[in-house]
Amino acid sequence: MEPPERYRAIVDDFEAFRAACERPLPSAIRVNTIKATVDEVRQALDEAGVTYEPVDWHAELFVLPDASPGANWPYFHGWIHGQEEVSAVPAAVLDPQPGERVWDACAAPGSKATQLAALLDDRGEVVATDNNIGRISALRTNTERLGATNVAVTHEDARNHTLKPFGGAEYDRALVDVPCSCEGTIRKNPDAFDEWDMSHVGGISGVQKDILERAVQATKPGGTVVYSTCTFAPEENEAVLDHVLASEGCELVEFDLGLDHRAGVTEWRDDEFDPSVSLAKRIYPHFNDTGGFFCAKLEVGE
Amino acid sequence: MSNDSTKFTRLPATDAEREAPKRATREAVLDFWADRFGVPPETFDEHTFWERGKGKLWLYRGEPPSPVDVEALGMTFLRTRQEHWKPTLEAVQRFGGHATERVIHLSGDEAETFVAGHDQELDWDGDWGYLVVTHDLAGRREPVGVGLYVYGELRSQVPKGRRRDLDT
Repeated sequence: MEPPERYRAIVDDFEAFRAACERPLPSAIRVNTIKATVDEVRQALDEAGVTYEPVDWHAELFVLPDASPGANWPYFHGWIHGQEEVSAVPAAVLDPQPGERVWDACAAPGSKATQLAALLDDRGEVVATDNNIGRISALRTNTERLGATNVAVTHEDARNHTLKPFGGAEYDRALVDVPCSCEGTIRKNPDAFDEWDMSHVGGISGVQKDILERAVQATKPGGTVVYSTCTFAPEENEAVLDHVLASEGCELVEFDLGLDHRAGVTEWRDDEFDPSVSLAKRIYPHFNDTGGFFCAKLEVGE
Repeated sequence: MSNDSTKFTRLPATDAEREAPKRATREAVLDFWADRFGVPPETFDEHTFWERGKGKLWLYRGEPPSPVDVEALGMTFLRTRQEHWKPTLEAVQRFGGHATERVIHLSGDEAETFVAGHDQELDWDGDWGYLVVTHDLAGRREPVGVGLYVYGELRSQVPKGRRRDLDT
């Protein structure tokens, strides 16, 4: 069975879910606090004649009902960055503090890496890793335009990430926003369900487990790791968490999220997961008029 | 240490610490920003300067061991290969707000022309050379990028990939 039908059993109000998946998603922007304040961006958008609407869970995000983000003065200056609401969730959940060292394991094209840089107040260090040189080029373009000076970019497979270039020190926090089957982007990419393939889900799930394991290993005891995907498949979400809870010293922890969500599922088909995966959060398109997303917060063991 | 095009090498503090004969020093970079644009040296107290490739300088917030073999380190910052050193658009957008000299302030229309990548005839009382270009945005005198002033015209130095038609 394929999406969306395969999620009928786990999604509340399934018909509303299916209808929401067919509605296009408006553009959204994030204020880049490295270069401007929220008030300055509001004024600049007013001057540019761009209509914007606040979102109630995050003061630095605006929805642009009528415009694309890229052709106005505040964009040119790097005061704003085009970023979907749900895409801003994992960095906010990771909540890095100025001066800390953070690893972004799958960083291109850099929306979340630059959000981390801004949350660090452009202090500390974001090591932004990606294995695709073309996508790294997009990441570089974004870090430059947004004026982040605390992002170092490495080209490598996150599963084999090395701490050597930076003297071997482990990270305070890590963001693991993995490649996935992208079902939750259906409102932006109408082909997302058509291109869905069970063998791809199975294959990528193995990669996701390896990347999350590496992130836990590379983070200090007591440090924080956030795992996220833009997909609904439990194989890529709770099953990955379940695997890493067993293989690495870490545990899932509670966190606050101002978007309406559902708890992670502890059963899927014939599989049962560690009960703590219910601390993860599932974001569906019909609850907040956003894309779909999955996010979990882990603490690394002492 | 020789120049290695794939690695970032931290700039020596002064001439006395320099190993590669043509590499710029931190002192020379700070002097350049202060002498040319009036940007106080302490603006960069929290940043380290790095070179990758001949004369391509980067600025970074951290202090990894030098040399460091990564894809990018902070932002591109300054080109020192030619006789006249040239700041990047990104460096000017980020730090040009501290400039007090060689700053040319444009009207809205002039700024749009500049960002579209076009040259324009403008009056300028100062020396020829690279200027910090500013305009008004949200009540701020905001640096847009780098212009080259010669022969009575301001030549836009906005890189092709950054040019935009903002004429609304």
